Amino acid sequence: MISLIANIFTGFVNSLPTTLMEGFVWGILAMGVYISYRILDVPDMTVDGSLALGGIVSAMLTVKGWNVFLTIPIAVIAGALAGIVTALLHTKLKIPAILSGILTMFALYSINMRILGNRSSQSLVGLPSIKDTLAQLLNIPFIYTNLIFSFLIMAGLVALLYWFFGTQLGSSIRATGCNPDMARAQGINTDNMKIAGLALSNGIAALAGCLFTQLQGSADVNMASGTIVIGLASVVIGEIIFNNKLSFWIKLSGAVAGATIYRTIIVIALLLGMPTSDLKLVTAVLVALALSLPLIKKHTSPRKKGGQENA
Amino acid sequence: MLDIVNISVVFHPSTPNEKHALNSVSLHLDEGDFVTVIGGNGAGKSTLLNTVAGTVRATEGKIAIDGSDVTRKPDFKRAGDVSRVFQDPMKGTAGDMNIEENLALAMSRGKRRTLRWNVTSKEAQQFKEMLSELHLGLEDRLNCKVGLLSGGQRQALTLLMATMNKPKLLLLDEHTAALDPKTADKVLKMTEDITSRNNQTTLMVTHNMRDALRYGNRLIMMNDGKIIFHASGEEKKKLTVQDLLNKFTSIGQENDRILLA
Ligand SMILES: Nc1ncnc2c1ncn2[C@@H]1O[C@H](COP(=O)(O)OP(=O)(O)OP(=O)(O)O)[C@@H](O)[C@H]1O
Ligand SMILES: [Mg+2]
Repeated sequence: MISLIANIFTGFVNSLPTTLMEGFVWGILAMGVYISYRILDVPDMTVDGSLALGGIVSAMLTVKGWNVFLTIPIAVIAGALAGIVTALLHTKLKIPAILSGILTMFALYSINMRILGNRSSQSLVGLPSIKDTLAQLLNIPFIYTNLIFSFLIMAGLVALLYWFFGTQLGSSIRATGCNPDMARAQGINTDNMKIAGLALSNGIAALAGCLFTQLQGSADVNMASGTIVIGLASVVIGEIIFNNKLSFWIKLSGAVAGATIYRTIIVIALLLGMPTSDLKLVTAVLVALALSLPLIKKHTSPRKKGGQENA
Repeated sequence: MLDIVNISVVFHPSTPNEKHALNSVSLHLDEGDFVTVIGGNGAGKSTLLNTVAGTVRATEGKIAIDGSDVTRKPDFKRAGDVSRVFQDPMKGTAGDMNIEENLALAMSRGKRRTLRWNVTSKEAQQFKEMLSELHLGLEDRLNCKVGLLSGGQRQALTLLMATMNKPKLLLLDEHTAALDPKTADKVLKMTEDITSRNNQTTLMVTHNMRDALRYGNRLIMMNDGKIIFHASGEEKKKLTVQDLLNKFTSIGQENDRILLA
């Protein structure tokens, strides 16, 4: 028994750098989902396709001999374009948001297969991926360079989004999600704001896909199936921890923390012997529980003292 | 200033639900005119204001502001000229954003939005001064989420947002109907102060006859998608609530909401 616990513990500690790295990259995705789901109030399924798109574009450009770091902006642009397609289906053709996302995601599978040259995956073994390039450059094991690199990109993105959503343009996107009537009455073109917001959100998802590919060494057409659920899990776990009442950059960091915690829970569950194929069921239950928490709280806790905060 | 020329609005044309909400309505407003709009439920008052704001497209006719034709302009492109306060206090502000962010959004109503910081400290100071003039105690709560304010506070804030950059035209659609009588009076008083100080051209829909008589220099009464009565200047000043009720009775409109008002 004790040796079992010790085994699990060492397993956990050994995988910690990788777990954290994965947490940060899923955290990047979670910030993208936060933008569509929380800021724009659009449950956008495109991210499943755009995450894989980002990874695949980056992998194929690496194979073609591009500078690996240059593949990052190209992957982001590809993801943003996917987001724009969804936004156009929704705003111009008036297709419900959730269906628009599903359509784009569906179509992206074929596009991703084409980019891969009709194979289902591309390995970067033996090619100068970011993982190998950085490890060679700094001459330390890649698990540490991966950790540092993913942390820096994640932290940079938190800062960038914090700045962006504080500008006039970013505020207009927030107003569009919060109250479209009000936004239009202030002269905000709500269609354009949705397009910009979904472009940003899917560009970020593609960035996450690109990092997975570059840091783990392969891209796969199925690498992202169910991404939206993991993103949602991260967002809602983050909100539960940070209680949802704090400033914007803490909410964004909350999504990252949520993703890291989610990865940690999964790693522990796998170490405890949970079959990998149960992952999706466990995640879905986790998200359903987390999303229904406000309702559960309302029914179980005795009535709180009335009055509003800050009043 | 505002020219509404033979505007008709038909909802769901050529279906069993076809509804002629406005029938060839014409109205001209001069700079500084304050017109109160009354009429029974379904008379077309909101549709008239929505057509001017651009949220409803006119089926026929023309709308011009300061001589330029805006009939085909979408609502958000008219927002630089036309600002509005809705009946529902939730509709005019972004509840998840704080007071200063809402004010900053309204500050650039109808202007290009750039990557400039939304609320500068200079603007925050300016907002503080504007809010202290409202005497609602909001000047110390710039960072408070608007969703935490009362309906009356939200409506007062919306009114401030609608008028802080003087619009060419202010549209008020029963903007005090959802408030308790005391708060409603306060917001109406505020409306009067702002409109008279700014010589603000205004269209105000109300169900309250006394308010319709007390405020503004002109009054129109609508029924069945048409303007059926129009009074201005001295003629309007002489009108009484009884006169208006008689008009309603003469067209067979006696619904409770009017009699109670
Ligand atoms: N979007 C719409 N679709 C279909 N019919 C509509 C629509 N908007 C308004 N109508 C109809 O048009 C008519 C005029 O409505 P409107 O809202 O302008 O009346 P109102 O004078 O503002 O009434 P109230 O005093 O109840 O606010 C009503 O019969 C209404 O049912
Ligand atoms: Mg109405």
